[in-house]
Amino acid sequence: MKNKFVAILSFILMLSFQIQGQKYFSKTGDISFSSKTPLEDIEAESHTASTVIDLESGKIQWAVLIKSFEFEKALMQEHFNENYMESNKYPKAKFAGTIEDVEKLDFSNDGSTVVVVNGKLNIHGETQNISTNATFSITSGKITGMSELKIAVADYNIEIPSVVKDNIAKEITIKIKAHYEALN
Amino acid sequence: MKRSTKTDWRWSLLALILLFTAEMGYAQEDDLLALLGEEETTDYTFATFKANRVINLHSIENTAKGVLDIKISHRFGFLSGGPYELWGLDQASIRIGGEYGISDRLMIGLGRSSFEKTYDGFVKWKVLRQSKGKKNMPFTASLLATTAIKTLRFQDPDRDNLNSSRLFYTFQGIIGRKFSESFSLQLSPTLVHRNLVETNAEANDVLALGIGSRMKLTKRSSINFEYIYVLPDQLAEGFTNSLSIGFDIETGGHVFQLHFTNSTSMIEKGFIAENTGNFFDGDIGFGFNVSRVFTVN
Repeated sequence: MKNKFVAILSFILMLSFQIQGQKYFSKTGDISFSSKTPLEDIEAESHTASTVIDLESGKIQWAVLIKSFEFEKALMQEHFNENYMESNKYPKAKFAGTIEDVEKLDFSNDGSTVVVVNGKLNIHGETQNISTNATFSITSGKITGMSELKIAVADYNIEIPSVVKDNIAKEITIKIKAHYEALN
Repeated sequence: MKRSTKTDWRWSLLALILLFTAEMGYAQEDDLLALLGEEETTDYTFATFKANRVINLHSIENTAKGVLDIKISHRFGFLSGGPYELWGLDQASIRIGGEYGISDRLMIGLGRSSFEKTYDGFVKWKVLRQSKGKKNMPFTASLLATTAIKTLRFQDPDRDNLNSSRLFYTFQGIIGRKFSESFSLQLSPTLVHRNLVETNAEANDVLALGIGSRMKLTKRSSINFEYIYVLPDQLAEGFTNSLSIGFDIETGGHVFQLHFTNSTSMIEKGFIAENTGNFFDGDIGFGFNVSRVFTVN
Protein backbone atom coordinates (compact mmCIF):
# COMPACT_ATOMS: atom_id res chain seq x y z
CA MET A 1 0.00 0.00 0.00
CA LYS A 2 2.74 2.40 0.99
CA ASN A 3 4.62 1.55 -2.14
CA LYS A 4 1.63 2.38 -4.24
CA PHE A 5 1.28 5.77 -2.51
CA VAL A 6 4.92 6.59 -3.16
CA ALA A 7 4.52 5.50 -6.75
CA ILE A 8 1.51 7.74 -7.37
CA LEU A 9 3.09 10.67 -5.58
CA SER A 10 6.28 10.43 -7.55
CA PHE A 11 4.20 10.10 -10.71
CA ILE A 12 2.41 13.36 -9.87
CA LEU A 13 5.69 15.01 -8.98
CA MET A 14 7.24 13.83 -12.20
CA LEU A 15 4.26 15.10 -14.11
CA SER A 16 4.52 18.55 -12.57
CA PHE A 17 8.23 18.65 -13.26
CA GLN A 18 7.52 17.68 -16.79
CA ILE A 19 5.05 20.55 -17.09
CA GLN A 20 7.79 22.88 -15.89
CA GLY A 21 10.28 21.48 -18.34
CA GLN A 22 7.93 21.81 -21.27
CA LYS A 23 8.12 25.54 -21.62
CA TYR A 24 10.59 27.17 -23.97
CA PHE A 25 11.48 30.82 -24.36
CA SER A 26 13.60 33.43 -26.08
CA LYS A 27 14.23 37.09 -25.29
CA THR A 28 16.18 37.76 -28.48
CA GLY A 29 13.57 36.87 -31.05
CA ASP A 30 13.92 38.45 -34.48
CA ILE A 31 10.96 40.19 -36.04
CA SER A 32 11.31 41.99 -39.32
CA PHE A 33 8.73 43.46 -41.60
CA SER A 34 8.81 44.80 -45.10
CA SER A 35 6.60 46.92 -47.26
CA LYS A 36 7.27 46.73 -50.97
CA THR A 37 5.86 49.15 -53.53
CA PRO A 38 7.16 50.18 -56.95
CA LEU A 39 8.18 53.50 -55.36
CA GLU A 40 9.88 52.39 -52.19
CA ASP A 41 10.93 49.35 -50.21
CA ILE A 42 10.76 49.79 -46.47
CA GLU A 43 12.26 47.34 -44.03
CA ALA A 44 12.70 47.31 -40.29
CA GLU A 45 13.84 44.77 -37.75
CA SER A 46 13.93 44.11 -34.05
CA HIS A 47 16.10 41.57 -32.29
CA THR A 48 14.66 41.85 -28.82
CA ALA A 49 11.27 40.19 -29.10
CA SER A 50 10.19 37.89 -26.25
CA THR A 51 8.41 34.61 -26.77
CA VAL A 52 7.32 31.61 -24.72
CA ILE A 53 5.94 28.26 -25.89
CA ASP A 54 4.20 25.77 -23.66
CA LEU A 55 4.36 22.34 -25.25
CA GLU A 56 1.84 20.96 -22.79
CA SER A 57 -1.00 23.24 -23.80
CA GLY A 58 0.32 24.31 -27.19
CA LYS A 59 0.17 27.94 -26.16
CA ILE A 60 2.55 30.34 -27.82
CA GLN A 61 3.05 34.03 -27.09
CA TRP A 62 5.15 36.81 -28.52
CA ALA A 63 5.71 40.44 -27.54
CA VAL A 64 7.91 43.15 -29.01
CA LEU A 65 8.54 46.78 -28.17
CA ILE A 66 7.58 48.97 -31.14
CA LYS A 67 10.48 51.30 -30.37
CA SER A 68 12.93 48.43 -30.81
CA PHE A 69 12.38 48.34 -34.57
CA GLU A 70 15.32 49.75 -36.47
CA PHE A 71 15.02 51.31 -39.89
CA GLU A 72 17.65 52.27 -42.38
CA LYS A 73 16.42 55.86 -42.36
CA ALA A 74 16.27 57.61 -39.00
CA LEU A 75 13.38 59.81 -40.05
CA MET A 76 11.32 56.78 -41.07
CA GLN A 77 11.88 55.29 -37.65
CA GLU A 78 10.74 58.51 -36.02
CA HIS A 79 7.62 58.74 -38.16
CA PHE A 80 6.88 55.03 -37.64
CA ASN A 81 6.87 55.59 -33.87
CA GLU A 82 5.30 59.02 -33.77
CA ASN A 83 2.69 58.96 -36.52
CA TYR A 84 1.91 55.43 -37.59
CA MET A 85 2.30 53.17 -34.56
CA GLU A 86 1.99 55.81 -31.83
CA SER A 87 4.43 53.85 -29.73
CA ASN A 88 4.01 56.02 -26.65
CA LYS A 89 0.36 55.05 -26.56
CA TYR A 90 0.79 51.47 -27.78
CA PRO A 91 4.31 50.45 -26.76
CA LYS A 92 4.07 46.76 -27.65
CA ALA A 93 2.80 44.45 -30.34
CA LYS A 94 1.62 41.13 -28.95
CA PHE A 95 0.58 37.75 -30.19
CA ALA A 96 -1.13 35.08 -28.10
CA GLY A 97 -2.12 31.86 -29.78
CA THR A 98 -2.16 28.12 -29.82
CA ILE A 99 -0.20 25.58 -31.82
CA GLU A 100 -3.14 23.50 -33.01
CA ASP A 101 -1.18 20.34 -33.72
CA VAL A 102 1.33 20.69 -30.90
CA GLU A 103 1.50 16.91 -30.49
CA LYS A 104 3.46 16.80 -33.75
CA LEU A 105 6.31 18.65 -32.08
CA ASP A 106 9.15 16.64 -30.59
CA PHE A 107 11.99 18.79 -29.34
CA SER A 108 14.12 15.83 -28.30
CA ASN A 109 14.98 14.71 -31.82
CA ASP A 110 16.51 16.60 -34.71
CA GLY A 111 14.14 17.41 -37.54
CA SER A 112 11.79 19.98 -38.94
CA THR A 113 8.04 20.18 -38.35
CA VAL A 114 5.42 22.48 -39.79
CA VAL A 115 2.54 23.29 -37.46
CA VAL A 116 -0.54 25.48 -37.62
CA VAL A 117 -0.74 28.42 -35.24
CA ASN A 118 -3.98 30.29 -34.55
CA GLY A 119 -4.28 33.27 -32.30
CA LYS A 120 -4.80 36.92 -31.75
CA LEU A 121 -2.38 39.56 -32.95
CA ASN A 122 -2.51 42.93 -31.23
CA ILE A 123 -0.88 45.88 -32.99
CA HIS A 124 -1.61 49.57 -32.45
CA GLY A 125 -4.33 48.68 -29.95
CA GLU A 126 -6.27 46.59 -32.48
CA THR A 127 -6.69 42.84 -32.21
CA GLN A 128 -7.16 40.53 -35.19
CA ASN A 129 -7.38 36.77 -35.53
CA ILE A 130 -4.41 35.27 -37.30
CA SER A 131 -3.80 31.82 -38.68
CA THR A 132 -0.40 30.92 -40.01
CA ASN A 133 2.05 28.09 -40.49
CA ALA A 134 5.13 27.92 -38.33
CA THR A 135 8.20 25.78 -38.74
CA PHE A 136 10.10 24.35 -35.82
CA SER A 137 13.45 22.84 -36.58
CA ILE A 138 15.79 21.10 -34.21
CA THR A 139 19.43 20.87 -35.19
CA SER A 140 21.76 19.19 -32.70
CA GLY A 141 19.41 20.03 -29.87
CA LYS A 142 18.93 23.71 -30.82
CA ILE A 143 15.32 24.69 -31.31
CA THR A 144 14.45 27.31 -33.91
CA GLY A 145 10.94 28.50 -34.59
CA MET A 146 10.00 30.66 -37.52
CA SER A 147 7.05 31.94 -39.41
CA GLU A 148 6.05 34.39 -42.05
CA LEU A 149 2.73 36.13 -42.33
CA LYS A 150 1.05 38.94 -44.17
CA ILE A 151 -1.13 41.49 -42.49
CA ALA A 152 -3.16 44.37 -43.86
CA VAL A 153 -2.26 47.81 -42.51
CA ALA A 154 -5.91 48.81 -42.60
CA ASP A 155 -6.84 46.03 -40.14
CA TYR A 156 -4.89 47.73 -37.39
CA ASN A 157 -6.30 51.21 -37.69
CA ILE A 158 -2.97 52.62 -38.89
CA GLU A 159 -3.66 55.77 -40.78
CA ILE A 160 -1.60 56.44 -43.89
CA PRO A 161 -1.75 59.98 -45.25
CA SER A 162 -2.58 60.35 -48.93
CA VAL A 163 0.83 61.87 -49.82
CA VAL A 164 2.64 58.64 -48.97
CA LYS A 165 -0.08 56.14 -49.81
CA ASP A 166 1.86 54.94 -52.86
CA ASN A 167 5.04 54.51 -50.82
CA ILE A 168 3.56 52.18 -48.23
CA ALA A 169 2.18 48.76 -49.16
CA LYS A 170 -1.36 47.81 -48.16
CA GLU A 171 -0.05 44.46 -47.06
CA ILE A 172 3.02 44.07 -44.86
CA THR A 173 5.09 40.89 -44.72
CA ILE A 174 6.26 39.95 -41.25
CA LYS A 175 9.01 37.43 -40.61
CA ILE A 176 9.64 36.02 -37.18
CA LYS A 177 12.33 33.75 -35.89
CA ALA A 178 13.58 32.70 -32.48
CA HIS A 179 16.03 30.27 -30.96
CA TYR A 180 14.22 28.71 -28.06
CA GLU A 181 15.74 27.57 -24.79
CA ALA A 182 14.10 25.50 -22.05
CA LEU A 183 12.46 27.64 -19.38
CA ASN A 184 13.14 26.50 -15.84
CA MET B 1 -9.54 -8.65 -2.81
CA LYS B 2 -12.61 -6.51 -2.45
CA ARG B 3 -10.94 -4.32 0.16
CA SER B 4 -7.94 -3.80 -2.03
CA THR B 5 -10.04 -2.51 -4.95
CA LYS B 6 -11.69 0.00 -2.65
CA THR B 7 -8.31 1.31 -1.56
CA ASP B 8 -7.17 1.56 -5.14
CA TRP B 9 -10.19 3.67 -5.91
CA ARG B 10 -9.36 6.01 -2.99
CA TRP B 11 -5.82 6.43 -4.13
CA SER B 12 -6.95 7.13 -7.65
CA LEU B 13 -9.32 9.79 -6.38
CA LEU B 14 -6.52 11.42 -4.40
CA ALA B 15 -4.28 11.32 -7.45
CA LEU B 16 -7.02 12.87 -9.57
CA ILE B 17 -7.62 15.66 -7.08
CA LEU B 18 -3.91 16.40 -6.91
CA LEU B 19 -3.62 16.36 -10.67
CA PHE B 20 -6.63 18.59 -11.01
CA THR B 21 -5.14 21.11 -8.55
CA ALA B 22 -1.90 21.05 -10.48
CA GLU B 23 -3.81 21.67 -13.71
CA MET B 24 -5.72 24.51 -12.06
CA GLY B 25 -2.53 26.25 -11.03
CA TYR B 26 -1.21 25.69 -14.48
CA ALA B 27 -4.28 26.94 -16.29
CA GLN B 28 -4.04 30.26 -14.47
CA GLU B 29 -0.70 30.91 -16.13
CA ASP B 30 -2.41 32.57 -19.02
CA ASP B 31 0.27 35.13 -19.58
CA LEU B 32 3.24 32.96 -20.41
CA LEU B 33 5.42 35.99 -21.11
CA ALA B 34 5.03 37.07 -17.50
CA LEU B 35 7.23 34.09 -16.65
CA LEU B 36 10.14 35.87 -18.31
CA GLY B 37 9.81 38.88 -16.03
CA GLU B 38 9.78 42.44 -17.30
CA GLU B 39 13.21 43.88 -17.95
CA GLU B 40 13.36 47.59 -17.33
CA THR B 41 14.55 49.58 -20.28
CA THR B 42 15.34 53.24 -20.81
CA ASP B 43 12.73 54.96 -22.89
CA TYR B 44 14.23 58.00 -24.62
CA THR B 45 11.90 60.77 -25.66
CA PHE B 46 11.88 61.50 -29.36
CA ALA B 47 10.28 64.06 -31.66
CA THR B 48 10.13 66.88 -29.12
CA PHE B 49 10.11 69.24 -32.09
CA LYS B 50 9.47 68.38 -35.73
CA ALA B 51 12.62 70.05 -36.98
CA ASN B 52 15.96 71.10 -35.57
CA ARG B 53 14.73 74.70 -35.57
CA VAL B 54 11.76 76.00 -33.59
CA ILE B 55 11.43 78.90 -36.02
CA ASN B 56 14.68 80.88 -35.96
CA LEU B 57 16.10 79.32 -32.81
CA HIS B 58 17.77 75.95 -32.81
CA SER B 59 15.53 73.36 -31.20
CA ILE B 60 16.87 70.52 -29.07
CA GLU B 61 16.49 68.18 -32.03
CA ASN B 62 19.54 66.95 -33.89
CA THR B 63 19.97 65.65 -37.39
CA ALA B 64 20.38 61.88 -37.03
CA LYS B 65 23.66 60.13 -37.67
CA GLY B 66 24.60 59.96 -41.33
CA VAL B 67 21.76 62.21 -42.41
CA LEU B 68 22.25 65.30 -44.55
CA ASP B 69 19.60 67.96 -44.09
CA ILE B 70 19.38 70.59 -46.81
CA LYS B 71 17.56 73.70 -45.68
CA ILE B 72 16.29 76.53 -47.82
CA SER B 73 14.91 79.40 -45.78
CA HIS B 74 13.27 82.63 -46.83
CA ARG B 75 12.18 85.72 -44.97
CA PHE B 76 10.09 88.21 -46.90
CA GLY B 77 9.73 91.90 -46.15
CA PHE B 78 7.33 93.30 -43.58
CA LEU B 79 3.56 93.41 -44.00
CA SER B 80 3.80 97.06 -42.97
CA GLY B 81 5.25 97.78 -46.44
CA GLY B 82 1.65 97.72 -47.66
CA PRO B 83 0.43 97.08 -51.20
CA TYR B 84 3.32 99.07 -52.76
CA GLU B 85 5.73 96.39 -51.50
CA LEU B 86 3.09 93.68 -52.02
CA TRP B 87 3.02 93.31 -48.24
CA GLY B 88 6.70 92.47 -48.11
CA LEU B 89 6.82 89.92 -50.91
CA ASP B 90 9.00 92.25 -53.03
CA GLN B 91 11.93 91.70 -50.71
CA ALA B 92 13.32 88.34 -49.82
CA SER B 93 16.22 87.35 -47.68
CA ILE B 94 17.48 83.81 -48.13
CA ARG B 95 19.67 81.36 -46.32
CA ILE B 96 20.84 78.13 -47.91
CA GLY B 97 22.27 75.59 -45.52
CA GLY B 98 23.47 72.03 -45.18
CA GLU B 99 23.55 70.14 -41.93
CA TYR B 100 24.95 66.74 -41.13
CA GLY B 101 24.74 64.34 -38.19
CA ILE B 102 28.16 62.99 -37.23
CA SER B 103 26.47 60.95 -34.54
CA ASP B 104 22.93 60.98 -33.20
CA ARG B 105 24.08 63.56 -30.67
CA LEU B 106 26.59 65.66 -32.58
CA MET B 107 25.79 67.68 -35.67
CA ILE B 108 27.48 70.32 -37.77
CA GLY B 109 26.10 72.81 -40.24
CA LEU B 110 27.08 75.46 -42.75
CA GLY B 111 24.98 78.19 -44.23
CA ARG B 112 25.08 81.30 -46.31
CA SER B 113 22.68 84.17 -45.86
CA SER B 114 22.03 86.76 -48.53
CA PHE B 115 21.62 89.37 -45.79
CA GLU B 116 25.05 91.04 -45.45
CA LYS B 117 26.48 88.11 -47.46
CA THR B 118 27.12 86.17 -44.30
CA TYR B 119 28.55 82.66 -43.96
CA ASP B 120 27.90 80.73 -40.78
CA GLY B 121 28.92 77.44 -39.30
CA PHE B 122 27.81 75.66 -36.17
CA VAL B 123 28.29 72.64 -33.96
CA LYS B 124 25.45 71.31 -31.82
CA TRP B 125 25.93 68.65 -29.19
CA LYS B 126 23.10 66.93 -27.34
CA VAL B 127 24.50 66.52 -23.83
CA LEU B 128 21.48 65.02 -22.04
CA ARG B 129 18.48 63.17 -23.34
CA GLN B 130 15.07 63.21 -21.73
CA SER B 131 14.22 59.67 -20.71
CA LYS B 132 12.24 57.53 -18.32
CA GLY B 133 12.50 53.97 -17.12
CA LYS B 134 15.88 52.64 -16.10
CA LYS B 135 17.44 56.06 -16.58
CA ASN B 136 15.36 59.03 -15.60
CA MET B 137 16.08 62.46 -17.05
CA PRO B 138 13.42 65.17 -16.98
CA PHE B 139 14.76 67.20 -19.92
CA THR B 140 17.03 67.26 -22.95
CA ALA B 141 19.97 69.65 -22.95
CA SER B 142 22.14 70.73 -25.85
CA LEU B 143 25.03 73.09 -26.43
CA LEU B 144 25.36 75.15 -29.56
CA ALA B 145 28.34 77.14 -30.79
CA THR B 146 28.19 79.19 -33.97
CA THR B 147 30.50 81.45 -35.91
CA ALA B 148 29.38 83.91 -38.55
CA ILE B 149 31.41 86.03 -40.91
CA LYS B 150 30.06 88.99 -42.82
CA THR B 151 31.59 89.22 -46.29
CA LEU B 152 29.98 92.47 -47.39
CA ARG B 153 32.68 94.78 -48.85
CA PHE B 154 34.15 97.17 -46.30
CA GLN B 155 32.30 100.47 -46.26
CA ASP B 156 35.52 102.45 -46.47
CA PRO B 157 38.23 100.43 -48.23
CA ASP B 158 40.86 103.07 -47.50
CA ARG B 159 40.52 102.63 -43.77
CA ASP B 160 42.64 100.09 -41.90
CA ASN B 161 40.07 97.28 -41.99
CA LEU B 162 40.46 94.12 -39.96
CA ASN B 163 38.88 90.86 -41.04
CA SER B 164 38.37 89.96 -37.40
CA SER B 165 35.90 92.83 -37.16
CA ARG B 166 33.50 90.83 -39.34
CA LEU B 167 33.30 87.87 -36.98
CA PHE B 168 30.46 86.97 -34.65
CA TYR B 169 30.19 84.10 -32.20
CA THR B 170 27.19 82.64 -30.42
CA PHE B 171 27.15 80.25 -27.49
CA GLN B 172 23.83 78.82 -26.50
CA GLY B 173 22.51 76.28 -24.06
CA ILE B 174 19.21 74.63 -24.97
CA ILE B 175 17.10 72.97 -22.32
CA GLY B 176 13.87 71.44 -23.48
CA ARG B 177 11.19 69.06 -22.37
CA LYS B 178 8.41 67.21 -24.15
CA PHE B 179 5.68 67.61 -21.56
CA SER B 180 3.12 65.61 -23.46
CA GLU B 181 2.65 64.11 -26.89
CA SER B 182 1.55 67.51 -28.15
CA PHE B 183 3.28 70.09 -25.94
CA SER B 184 7.01 70.84 -25.85
CA LEU B 185 8.89 73.79 -24.38
CA GLN B 186 12.50 74.89 -24.41
CA LEU B 187 14.64 77.66 -22.97
CA SER B 188 17.73 78.97 -24.74
CA PRO B 189 20.10 81.09 -22.68
CA THR B 190 22.38 82.75 -25.21
CA LEU B 191 25.54 84.81 -25.46
CA VAL B 192 26.23 86.59 -28.74
CA HIS B 193 29.73 88.01 -29.05
CA ARG B 194 30.45 90.66 -31.65
CA ASN B 195 34.06 91.50 -32.35
CA LEU B 196 33.17 94.99 -33.50
CA VAL B 197 30.16 97.13 -32.65
CA GLU B 198 29.25 100.50 -34.10
CA THR B 199 29.09 102.59 -30.97
CA ASN B 200 30.22 102.52 -27.36
CA ALA B 201 26.61 102.25 -26.26
CA GLU B 202 26.44 98.72 -27.64
CA ALA B 203 27.84 95.75 -25.80
CA ASN B 204 30.23 93.36 -27.52
CA ASP B 205 28.69 90.54 -25.52
CA VAL B 206 24.91 90.36 -25.66
CA LEU B 207 23.04 88.14 -23.24
CA ALA B 208 19.59 86.90 -24.12
CA LEU B 209 17.06 84.26 -23.16
CA GLY B 210 15.04 82.54 -25.84
CA ILE B 211 11.86 80.59 -25.29
CA GLY B 212 10.43 78.24 -27.86
CA SER B 213 7.39 76.04 -27.79
CA ARG B 214 5.26 73.84 -29.98
CA MET B 215 1.75 72.55 -29.76
CA LYS B 216 0.77 69.73 -32.08
CA LEU B 217 -2.43 70.23 -34.03
CA THR B 218 -2.48 66.87 -35.78
CA LYS B 219 0.05 64.05 -35.93
CA ARG B 220 1.85 65.83 -38.73
CA SER B 221 1.43 69.51 -38.00
CA SER B 222 2.08 71.88 -35.14
CA ILE B 223 1.87 75.52 -34.09
CA ASN B 224 5.19 76.95 -32.92
CA PHE B 225 5.98 80.01 -30.87
CA GLU B 226 9.26 81.72 -30.17
CA TYR B 227 10.39 84.82 -28.28
CA ILE B 228 13.86 86.05 -27.48
CA TYR B 229 14.31 88.43 -24.59
CA VAL B 230 17.51 90.47 -24.79
CA LEU B 231 18.63 91.64 -21.36
CA PRO B 232 18.38 95.47 -21.05
CA ASP B 233 21.12 98.06 -21.77
CA GLN B 234 23.04 96.00 -24.27
CA LEU B 235 21.75 97.16 -27.63
CA ALA B 236 21.40 100.66 -29.09
CA GLU B 237 18.03 102.37 -29.36
CA GLY B 238 15.68 100.91 -31.95
CA PHE B 239 16.56 97.25 -31.66
CA THR B 240 13.75 94.90 -30.74
CA ASN B 241 13.21 91.43 -29.41
CA SER B 242 12.47 88.68 -31.88
CA LEU B 243 8.93 87.33 -31.83
CA SER B 244 7.67 84.64 -34.17
CA ILE B 245 4.72 82.39 -34.60
CA GLY B 246 4.82 79.47 -36.98
CA PHE B 247 3.22 76.40 -38.40
CA ASP B 248 5.11 73.16 -39.10
CA ILE B 249 3.89 70.57 -41.52
CA GLU B 250 5.67 67.37 -42.30
CA THR B 251 5.25 65.14 -45.33
CA GLY B 252 7.54 62.13 -45.53
CA GLY B 253 11.10 63.39 -45.94
CA HIS B 254 10.16 67.09 -45.92
CA VAL B 255 9.37 69.48 -43.13
CA PHE B 256 7.82 72.80 -44.11
CA GLN B 257 7.94 75.52 -41.52
CA LEU B 258 5.80 78.55 -42.33
CA HIS B 259 5.85 81.54 -40.03
CA PHE B 260 5.34 85.18 -39.29
CA THR B 261 8.30 86.86 -37.66
CA ASN B 262 9.75 90.30 -37.04
CA SER B 263 13.25 88.97 -37.80
CA THR B 264 14.88 89.21 -41.20
CA SER B 265 18.07 87.37 -40.32
CA MET B 266 18.06 83.62 -39.88
CA ILE B 267 21.23 83.36 -37.81
CA GLU B 268 21.70 84.05 -34.11
CA LYS B 269 23.79 87.19 -34.28
CA GLY B 270 21.16 88.73 -36.53
CA PHE B 271 17.83 87.75 -35.05
CA ILE B 272 19.02 88.16 -31.48
CA ALA B 273 21.28 91.22 -31.57
CA GLU B 274 20.32 93.10 -34.76
CA ASN B 275 16.58 92.76 -34.87
CA THR B 276 14.71 95.90 -35.92
CA GLY B 277 11.14 94.93 -36.66
CA ASN B 278 8.44 96.04 -34.25
CA PHE B 279 5.97 93.16 -34.29
CA PHE B 280 3.01 95.17 -33.05
CA ASP B 281 3.54 97.97 -35.60
CA GLY B 282 3.07 95.49 -38.40
CA ASP B 283 6.76 94.80 -38.92
CA ILE B 284 5.94 91.17 -39.47
CA GLY B 285 7.29 89.24 -42.38
CA PHE B 286 6.18 85.97 -43.82
CA GLY B 287 8.88 83.34 -43.95
CA PHE B 288 9.49 79.66 -44.41
CA ASN B 289 12.12 76.99 -43.82
CA VAL B 290 12.04 73.96 -46.06
CA SER B 291 14.02 70.97 -44.95
CA ARG B 292 14.75 67.88 -46.98
CA VAL B 293 16.74 65.03 -45.50
CA PHE B 294 18.96 62.54 -47.33
CA THR B 295 20.42 59.45 -45.72
CA VAL B 296 24.03 59.53 -46.92
CA ASN B 297 25.89 57.70 -44.12
